[in-house]
Amino acid sequence: MNPVRKRRLIITLLIFGAVGVATTLSVFALQKNMTYLYSPTEVDAGKAPDGHPFRLGGIVKEGSVHRVPGTLTTDFVITDRFQSIPVSYTGILPDLFRVGQSTITTGKLENGKFVATQVLAKHDSTYMPPQVEQAIAKAEKEHRVPKPAQGGGAP
Amino acid sequence: MNPELGQVALILALVLSALQCVLPIIGAWRGSKPLMATATTLAIGQAVFVALAFGILMWSFWINDFSVAYVAQNSNLSLPWFYKLSAVWGAHEGSLLLWMLILNGWTVALVVLGGKLPEAFFSRVIGVLGFVAFGFLLYMITTSNPFLRLFPVPPNGADLNPVLQDPGLVFHPPTLYMGYVGFSVAFAFAIASLLGGELKSTWVRWARPWTNVAWGFLTLGIVAGSAWAYYELGWGGWWFWDPVENASFMPWLIGAALIHAQAITDKRDGLRAWTLLLSIFGFAFSLLGTFLVRSGLLTSVHAFAFAPARGVFILVYLAVVVGGSLLLYALRAPKVTGGKSFALASRETLMVIGNLMLTVACAMVLLGTLYPLVGEALNIGRISVGPPYFGPLFLILMTPLVLALPFGPLSHWGKADLKVWRNALVRIIALAVVAGIIGFIVGARGWYQLLGITAAVWVMAGVALFAIKRWREAPRGKRYPFEMLGMMLAHFGIGVFIAGAILTTSMSVEQDVSMKPGASVDVGAYDFHFNGVTETQGPNYRAQQGTVVITRNGKHIVTLHPQKRTYSGGQVQTEAAIEAGVFRDLYVSLGDSIGDGAWSLRVYDKPFVRWIWGGGVLMMLGGFAVVLDRRFRLKRAVEPETVHAKPEPETPRKLAEGEA
Repeated sequence: MNPVRKRRLIITLLIFGAVGVATTLSVFALQKNMTYLYSPTEVDAGKAPDGHPFRLGGIVKEGSVHRVPGTLTTDFVITDRFQSIPVSYTGILPDLFRVGQSTITTGKLENGKFVATQVLAKHDSTYMPPQVEQAIAKAEKEHRVPKPAQGGGAP
Repeated sequence: MNPELGQVALILALVLSALQCVLPIIGAWRGSKPLMATATTLAIGQAVFVALAFGILMWSFWINDFSVAYVAQNSNLSLPWFYKLSAVWGAHEGSLLLWMLILNGWTVALVVLGGKLPEAFFSRVIGVLGFVAFGFLLYMITTSNPFLRLFPVPPNGADLNPVLQDPGLVFHPPTLYMGYVGFSVAFAFAIASLLGGELKSTWVRWARPWTNVAWGFLTLGIVAGSAWAYYELGWGGWWFWDPVENASFMPWLIGAALIHAQAITDKRDGLRAWTLLLSIFGFAFSLLGTFLVRSGLLTSVHAFAFAPARGVFILVYLAVVVGGSLLLYALRAPKVTGGKSFALASRETLMVIGNLMLTVACAMVLLGTLYPLVGEALNIGRISVGPPYFGPLFLILMTPLVLALPFGPLSHWGKADLKVWRNALVRIIALAVVAGIIGFIVGARGWYQLLGITAAVWVMAGVALFAIKRWREAPRGKRYPFEMLGMMLAHFGIGVFIAGAILTTSMSVEQDVSMKPGASVDVGAYDFHFNGVTETQGPNYRAQQGTVVITRNGKHIVTLHPQKRTYSGGQVQTEAAIEAGVFRDLYVSLGDSIGDGAWSLRVYDKPFVRWIWGGGVLMMLGGFAVVLDRRFRLKRAVEPETVHAKPEPETPRKLAEGEA
């Protein structure tokens, strides 16, 4: 093999090696670090993993927000208008967190209660994240019931 | 002025862009001087009409013309005037108009500064830019018209999204778009060279200053966005691996790779095909960025609700641009590529490694960003991929790059000189270790902190050694040409960034606390004393304003006033109060009243956080400095341009290859 070919071969092998390693790492990292989003109906049906983090999306149920006095802990209920899951979060809630608004929380199920480590509410107060909208739509479809009346100005 | 005039201006611009796409390219193909001469006129005409449309929209905001739906949705009578004007690009339609205006700005700059380029090549470049403009104008007119009227006319507007009521809005989108759109110039140069079958890679030298400026602006845009998120989103993070951040970061990574690939092609005539590909992908990622932000497909801090039709249009446009470019590349590249090869331990190899890591990192970010979409399409479930994926992987991918970085400038073009490497390696290791030890003595603890200091000094020491080497070896006056200066600034900026990013991450003290008025909390070496909350009034909001007195060892440092604002539209927005410093930021943001007179507060001590953006600013300056180099001054048309009436037959130009 002449030197140029050899050099090319080495470089090509290096490139393929690097890409291979990177792909493997990426796929592993993806599998380990994906979090799935479930609706309260899916969680209620036992589809969500127990003791493993996932995301819970839905609407903050009217009249469900209670602060635990003297702490930063807030209890509230997330609903898709069919099923509801109690949530507990310790920390400062985002500006757009309000009853009747859609939200996505990240956390774990512990004894039937969802202990959230992160609560997301979006910029636009009339906006529902597509995932939440789909989750609610899916719950509606599975229950084959007409769209329920939405109180509290849920979009 | 009548908003319909704006719409007419846009339609006229669309017509001109269609002509600009067709006539100059035909002119270049047929060798027709009159047709090629239309390029300048059409480009300037289009720019005038787009500027007119932009001006009319701005005027509509200025005079509170709420009969324009876009104004009614994004402005308000009590909105301060500077936000009224920048609200023009505060939402989808207007930001597209800004995109167009900037594209026209780049095109006009090219007309003014590129007059000495060969006529046929210049015509093709302007033609390609005309195509880009045509796509965007069509998109705007068919799906996102900013001049739609609203009946009945509301007495007052809905107000600008409070998150956007910030100086960040004035700077972040325009600079970011300057970068995004700037890559269209490098793209147009690459496509023009493929169209014309340029056998020489002189076009790369002409493209380099444009790429560097675009990348500099993109860097600034990302820095501005990061700083904005830091103080406006109210929780003090500076990078979230949010899909929209990723969307701007991907073209940045490709742009950084492209800058280096172009340097190799310009100086050593190597990597021609790679440079072409990167030029295409740099722009493709800019389009993808626009698509990701605007489609509303991904959940992100920027995701607004938008009609899917808009996303589909950009997706199709993206497919046409990328598909067409790659097709052209496949047809023409075998003819125009080739070039010199190089030794394994040369500067080129190091730059190739850097290029490789940057593009792989970009692919990694792309995978993580699009994976949720793929998951949804394949019905795997609704997935999100967050910092635990991006963070470690990015660190792993950047490690070889950071390790190799100091040696690139120190090694030689084309040939291997291991002695140079050995000498440099010994010195850099010595400096980095000394820095680590000093860090340890000063009080840095934990391997992560020490690693951060060592890595930062590793990079900086490389730049310093290079500076010394040039000082010794190069003749006076030629020691630091602007191109080299730019490289040194940008590389040093990377060192500063590494120090900032790692030290902030490892040393920050962040606490969420509940405090009653009169209570204190210790954060790091500081004492935060909460003096309660009072009501105040702004131009278009009321605010609850906290008072926090910060002391250190009993000495008063600063009194901060974080606010919780309620805007006239009813939206609530937290305004963090920050005492900024070179070595640390003190950060307080106000949460909610949690009963009994107590409030929840976020109190942070964030050391070195400014270094993150300082490093970014240095990188930007580096990109800008390169442009001033004498190398890039166009003499006159470099050669009497012979116009190719038809693509030339396959020339045996790949002689050197394989044989050498």
